[in-house]
Amino acid sequence: MTSLNTHSDPIILEMRSITKEFPGVKALAEVNLRVKAGEIHAICGENGAGKSTLMKVLSGVYPYGSYDGDIVYQSEVQQFKDIRASEHAGIVIIHQELALIPELSIMENIFLGNEPTKRGVIDWAEARTRSTELLARVGLREDPETPIKEIGVGKQQLVEIAKALNKSVKLLILDEPTAALNESDSQHLLDLMLGLKGRGITSIIISHKLNEIEQIADSITIIRDGKSIETLDVKADGVDEDRIIKGMVGRTLESRFPDHEPTIGEVFFEVKNWNVGHPQIQDRMVCKNSNFFVRRGEIVGFAGLMGAGRTELARSVFGRSYGRFLSGQIYMNGKEVDLKNVKQAIDAGLGYVTEDRKSLGLNLLDDIKATTVSANLKKVSKHNVIDANKVFTVAEQYRKSLRTKAPSVEEGVAKLSGGNQQKVVLAKWMFTDPELLILDEPTRGIDVGAKYEIYGIIQQLANQGKGVIVISSELPELLGLSDRIYTIFEGAITGVLNKDEASQENLMKLMTSARKTA
Amino acid sequence: MNALKKLLGGNTRQFGMIFALVALIIFFQVATGGNTLTPGNVINLFNGNSYILILAIGMVLVIIAGHIDLSVGSVAAFVGVSVALMMRDWDIPWYLGILLGLLLGVLIGAWQGFWTAYVGIPAFIVTLAGMLIFRGANQYVGKSNTIPVPTEFQKIGSGYLPEIGPSTGYNNLTVLLGLLGVAFVIFSEIRSRRNAKALGAEVPEAWVSITKLVLVCGAILYATYLFATGRPGTSFPIPGLILAALVIIYGFISSKTVIGRHIYAVGGNRHAAELSGVQSKKVNFLVMMNMSVLAGLAGMIFVGRSTASGPFDGVGWELDAIAAVFIGGAAVTGGVGTVIGSIVGGLVMAVLNNGLQLLGVGADLTQIIKGLVLLIAVAFDVYNKTQGKKSIIGLMFKNFGRSSELKADETTSTKEVISEGA
Repeated sequence: MTSLNTHSDPIILEMRSITKEFPGVKALAEVNLRVKAGEIHAICGENGAGKSTLMKVLSGVYPYGSYDGDIVYQSEVQQFKDIRASEHAGIVIIHQELALIPELSIMENIFLGNEPTKRGVIDWAEARTRSTELLARVGLREDPETPIKEIGVGKQQLVEIAKALNKSVKLLILDEPTAALNESDSQHLLDLMLGLKGRGITSIIISHKLNEIEQIADSITIIRDGKSIETLDVKADGVDEDRIIKGMVGRTLESRFPDHEPTIGEVFFEVKNWNVGHPQIQDRMVCKNSNFFVRRGEIVGFAGLMGAGRTELARSVFGRSYGRFLSGQIYMNGKEVDLKNVKQAIDAGLGYVTEDRKSLGLNLLDDIKATTVSANLKKVSKHNVIDANKVFTVAEQYRKSLRTKAPSVEEGVAKLSGGNQQKVVLAKWMFTDPELLILDEPTRGIDVGAKYEIYGIIQQLANQGKGVIVISSELPELLGLSDRIYTIFEGAITGVLNKDEASQENLMKLMTSARKTA
Repeated sequence: MNALKKLLGGNTRQFGMIFALVALIIFFQVATGGNTLTPGNVINLFNGNSYILILAIGMVLVIIAGHIDLSVGSVAAFVGVSVALMMRDWDIPWYLGILLGLLLGVLIGAWQGFWTAYVGIPAFIVTLAGMLIFRGANQYVGKSNTIPVPTEFQKIGSGYLPEIGPSTGYNNLTVLLGLLGVAFVIFSEIRSRRNAKALGAEVPEAWVSITKLVLVCGAILYATYLFATGRPGTSFPIPGLILAALVIIYGFISSKTVIGRHIYAVGGNRHAAELSGVQSKKVNFLVMMNMSVLAGLAGMIFVGRSTASGPFDGVGWELDAIAAVFIGGAAVTGGVGTVIGSIVGGLVMAVLNNGLQLLGVGADLTQIIKGLVLLIAVAFDVYNKTQGKKSIIGLMFKNFGRSSELKADETTSTKEVISEGA
């Protein structure tokens, strides 16, 4: 622990040795957090470090009794049983995905669940007066009757804060408030937070944008692997970005990877000047002039924080299955190819293992054998009639070679564990015999042992001369697996590092800033 | 219990339905004093329900793909009246009439498929509009009149297999059909056992196969006996023959072909299907189009049976077909269902209707009972799913919502894997 500045400021919130377990995983282990009244307190940590879980414990999403430890708020031990209870106490959390109803007006959203009434009838005049006041306080010049869907994300964020102020908030928690905002909206929001601080409202902010944290936070608590590592006083300790990064990644690499000697061939896949727009929002870009290439036998990592545009880039390349394609070229084996849909991409030799297995990667109603052949039915059918014997044989072959744990290939995929589901998905793509396989978060939700096996499969694919792209939020995984790593920040590729020159520190730096190196 | 499970195979839901159907038949046989399983009544039952069962075949595909079609009754009526008019006014032969009727079904289906698949309007809305449009179209072109159809055309709705060959006291063609059915069932069971053995998969024990064969073949032979011994001039009905052919064709398409797999894939998880290269729009288009073609066929059969087309043909058919599909085990959310299941579901409704009629129960009570049967069958399904599908682990995780990254692997033990890998 670094010096904890405890002059006259009273402590508004103290979370004492909070431990939260999910079956098989300790998400939080003895986390301590002390927040002083009237300060802006930042919580930093890598994806999956436990920041959001901690905030869910605080706000009653995980009710009292489902965790160990004490929450002391305004000098009293609290036992929140749901979000309503914590809101009643003046703690309001604003999630990354905004909880506003697009069809309703600003005013209706502000008072949702909290409508001012007169003899049981909603008093709209009162609501209007109060929402005009609230909007003035957050600096939003909009008619309160404007539907939410007609204002941008930045303004929506302000409506959320107005809603919180209406609940007479004392402790405001913002989870990645600027992740989806542009620069000027972000700045406005940060100024607003400083303004609220001036009025005595305490804030907790979770953010990956370290420059913003440096700018507004008074204290920073760093969480790593579910443990609170240290609390820094920004002014007293002279904290800068490098100091925060060191705290966030400061762990040793365990040897969790099978040995692998890469044999890297020539460049066979190249994407040039790739520009893709957001599927719904007109002038927002998800890929900005991206260039990258993959060589035979090479494992290429895509590093970036959540929402940086890694998945968007991969999916737009994979048959334009995401976003609005604007411009760019794909070259395979020196020839330009035009992959207009997923079928063309698969036929050209691309495969994409999705990030979210359950909602994008699997039909949970299917069994193992149907899933294994689902991306290459052509190979198991003749004149469009599927050969059931062949399906069985193929699935059985992959079950054995990937060591999928299941009683038989007739087992439903819904019944498998995450690791085994992922093996079935890998089998499905291996059966399409791709030249380039893109794996999006291939080990999320999978335990260490299964991870080791999946790494082995990925390396085997590379050994067969295929190109592999691995997208991962876990830097140690990328460092252990990749031969080369691209960093992505806000839709743009900000750098590329070879295995020997990459470290968590310099990756993190490239992942959190738009500085162009390489 | 275990033995029963083996006998029924994995799909208890579907076999539960078959069991219910058999129980229902036995109940009515006893309650009506033997009037249910008479040749006359069984033939009648098939004739009177074949068009609904044909609709159910198309409907189950639509529902598997995650849609619904409310327009089938109106489409059937419109095709029926159009064909009747064409045959009367243009004096075309009956086979050309059928062909044009099917073609009209293709066009109507393309219309509905276009709006559903390519414009992206929910099928519920598209076909609700279709229900109004084609009902109106039926009454507009037919001027709300009854239009008779020629006798040859009536055969597709009320014809029977002809009497040929030596006089055996049975209808020879019906007997032949029954024997073919038995041979096919035995052959496919033997083949599936041989395949399983060759692949090293689990082969069911001999007694399981034999019991199954005895039961299925017994049922087929008994049905053959009933159909072959009807009053002179009747035998296995033509609409039944069309239905049987469609069940075989669509059963095959849905379970054994690429397009069949794609329908299940799109209904099960559209995003996953698309990311596996399935062209979901094309699948949706074809499924909607197919439904209208079958609706057209059903309409023509009905017109043939009732000897004339009328302004109120096919009213309420969509609901009967949808009910049959859901009783037969399909899921409202898509991705689940079988052609055979839907036929069984349709037969449950048909037997219920018929039996209650024989017992002299009024139309009012019959509707109430049918409604309750639908509700109970689906409730049973939902109950089964919450029992079977979610493991205890699943239930434990239910409250944790989106925190999927925190889910641990339960079954793959770390140590085991690493020691195996080393």
